[in-house]
Amino acid sequence: MLGFIVRRLLATIPVMGVVALFVFLMLHLSPGDPATVIAGDYASPADIERIRAKLGLDQPLHIQFGTWVWSLLQGDLGISIFSNLPVTQLIGQRLEPTLLLALTTLIITVVVAVPMGVIAAWKAGTWIDRSIMIFAVVGFSIPVFVLGYILIYFVSLKLGLLPVQGYRPISEGFFPFLRSITLPALTLSVIYIALIARITRASMLEVLDEDYVRTARAKGQLEWKVLIVHALRNAAVPIVTIIGIGIALLIGGVVVTESVYNIPGLGRLVLDAILKRDYPIIQGLILMFSFVYILINLAIDILYTLIDPRIRY
Amino acid sequence: MSNEQPVLELEGLSVTLPAGADRPYAVEDVSFAVRKQEILCVVGESGSGKSVTAHTVMGLLPRKQLTPVRGAIRLLGENLLEKTPQQLRDLRGARMSMIFQEPMTALNPVHRAGDQIEEVLRIHTDLSEKQRLARVLEVMDAVRLPDPQKMRHSYPHQLSGGQRQRIMIAAALALEPALLIADEPTTALDVTTQAQILKLIKDIQREHDTGVLFITHDFGVVADIADRVVVMQTGKVVEEGPTERLLKSPQHAYTRMLISAVPSLTPRHREEPARSQVVLSTRNLNKIYGGGGFFQKAREVHAAKDVTLDIRRGETLGIVGESGSGKSTVARCIVRLIDPSGGQIFIDDDDIALLPTRLLRRHRRRVQIVFQDPYRSLNPRLTIGKSLVEGPMNFGLSRKAAWERARDLMNLVGLDPKAVDRFPHQFSGGQRQRICIARALAMEPEVLVADEAVSALDVSVQAQVLELLDEVRAKFDLAMLFITHDLRVAAQVCDSVAVMHRGVVVEYGRTAALFADPQHAYTKSLFEAAPGRDWAFGEFEELSAAQAGAT
Repeated sequence: MLGFIVRRLLATIPVMGVVALFVFLMLHLSPGDPATVIAGDYASPADIERIRAKLGLDQPLHIQFGTWVWSLLQGDLGISIFSNLPVTQLIGQRLEPTLLLALTTLIITVVVAVPMGVIAAWKAGTWIDRSIMIFAVVGFSIPVFVLGYILIYFVSLKLGLLPVQGYRPISEGFFPFLRSITLPALTLSVIYIALIARITRASMLEVLDEDYVRTARAKGQLEWKVLIVHALRNAAVPIVTIIGIGIALLIGGVVVTESVYNIPGLGRLVLDAILKRDYPIIQGLILMFSFVYILINLAIDILYTLIDPRIRY
Repeated sequence: MSNEQPVLELEGLSVTLPAGADRPYAVEDVSFAVRKQEILCVVGESGSGKSVTAHTVMGLLPRKQLTPVRGAIRLLGENLLEKTPQQLRDLRGARMSMIFQEPMTALNPVHRAGDQIEEVLRIHTDLSEKQRLARVLEVMDAVRLPDPQKMRHSYPHQLSGGQRQRIMIAAALALEPALLIADEPTTALDVTTQAQILKLIKDIQREHDTGVLFITHDFGVVADIADRVVVMQTGKVVEEGPTERLLKSPQHAYTRMLISAVPSLTPRHREEPARSQVVLSTRNLNKIYGGGGFFQKAREVHAAKDVTLDIRRGETLGIVGESGSGKSTVARCIVRLIDPSGGQIFIDDDDIALLPTRLLRRHRRRVQIVFQDPYRSLNPRLTIGKSLVEGPMNFGLSRKAAWERARDLMNLVGLDPKAVDRFPHQFSGGQRQRICIARALAMEPEVLVADEAVSALDVSVQAQVLELLDEVRAKFDLAMLFITHDLRVAAQVCDSVAVMHRGVVVEYGRTAALFADPQHAYTKSLFEAAPGRDWAFGEFEELSAAQAGAT
């Protein structure tokens, strides 16, 4: 097991290398001189020259790449062109809201979606199953920003239960934090609840037809234990896969949600950086997201082996 | 007959099928009793209602699809049909328990073997953890599992089929139920394993006074294990009686047909043909599976070792062996569905063993294969006509000629030529296997490989398909390679037989000689284990009597 984890971690090195190369080339192969791109449309030749020297663009390409990777390895993602602050610092400031938003969303999703899927499969063909599936279709079809505004309108403006927008760091107290994160997390989770409830239902339906489920019933096992102990664990591999993919997609969904609820997270940082063409920030974020994806994949693979003893690497 | 209360008594039981099925009742007016210390076999072909009967007793029918509507099921005098689900649950696993056909799938793959036995104790008793463990080890020992202390930590996939079935039996017997229902418990097992499991069930039933309801389709098994027999056909009991009486003088026509359809273990007399030309031969054929990937440890399985065989025109060579013997590997290598690791395969004079795909194509036509499962080997979205013309048209036959041939072949295999526009699901298993044979013949092959081609079929259908295979072999002067695990089937269709064990051909010779006097210890053990080997079913008497009558 430990050997497997070490092997998998070692295998991420070439992947990260390729990602780094692409991120590097993205800047250097973009049309025109990157310095010109960075300087913008109205820069003077002197400005461009200054930027070029600052970025080390007068060096040969492979040396530039080497220098860049070397500083990456030391944890230096470069300096933002506009704010002149280190990219690591900018990301660090924005990390907490995004991380906690994603985590809260994930918890809501799993806690709601998996039981929904299990119940739908167990009651397949009844009105319970059908209502859950109708919810899933609707949840899947509503765009995040529409749902966000609907929730704000009813929950915050009409009922006044939760703040309209904004973010309170967890350091200011758990309860205020929870109040500020609930609506965004709920908004974001609806689509994942729909997705994961469907997958859970399909996966459970398949497993409930298996012989070992019949065996469990033949032993006189209680129905809910048949569902949880015997069926769900066997159905878990596809569910976990989709949850993993969901987390990866979540990071994309965060951008819109953070805008709707005015949360100062990474999503906003990405958006601002793209609008201003702040390449070092974009590079840094792409690298960080890639690394997160790789870690999620690793975590999923490890989970597989815990769920199903037949899976060994 | 004893006056003692029977363990299980069915009285006029009827179970309805959902609307739109081919008949209103899955099981109709079924009555029989299982007494204490008795093994009652319920025999029938697929669709006879024998499994539905067993599942009804256990209360394991799929909800809303099958419903018991009339009659009574009395377990030790209590009517199970009047019990609440809660009461039924308390009886299941404790007073009555069940073992199933597929030990591969009947155990939960993510739970340890010992835990799956212990589960029964958890559900139905208040024993402490220590007491439960002691009981688990005790029953594992009782079903003769080696090293229970270690094996209880194993997951099902780490155990053999026989071991898994023993785990199932251990779980079923943990609380010493009054009734054990065994639904085809040995059908998926190899003959040698089957013989052990049958003996185990019989021993346990004697030791613990258990009443056993044993569902099977195999009269060999019936002859070995049953005290009494109930024969079912399309949901009804057609005959019932003590085993010996029933095997010797069956009253009902259906029972007679079933018993006489069991192929004889005595090889059918076949003309010793003038040694015809060898069409297909293998020389030191080897297949090694596995070999590692970059991040994985290498695990190699030598599935076929130095296999050397000859198949002659107009003759059938049988490869007999248990699962894992490598018999299917050899068949698949010969058809080049998998690539051999070494050796030669000659079709006439062409060595196709290691031919690259590009050059192999023109030889593909010459060797055709029929697979085991007719339900999965036809594309469900193609009409059977399209399945039949696809191959010939790939090899340049015109559309018109190909359809012409398809219709002729339908005729040949005994199906209506007009049925070419239908889809596979509109045919029965036997009919589908005929279609598969037609599809193979459409390519006008020189060699026909039948890989367990009759194993999934009921005995009566099996006999017909075997006959068809023999007919087409004679008609087209085909060389046939017949892969089977069933010695009885091999005795009926093969001119020569090769016995395989762990990838090696251990014995190879003319069928009559090999069956009369097997040499290798493994071959002998196969014959020992063949169920019902003491009976000549076609003659309705014991083998010794039949042989005495013949001389």
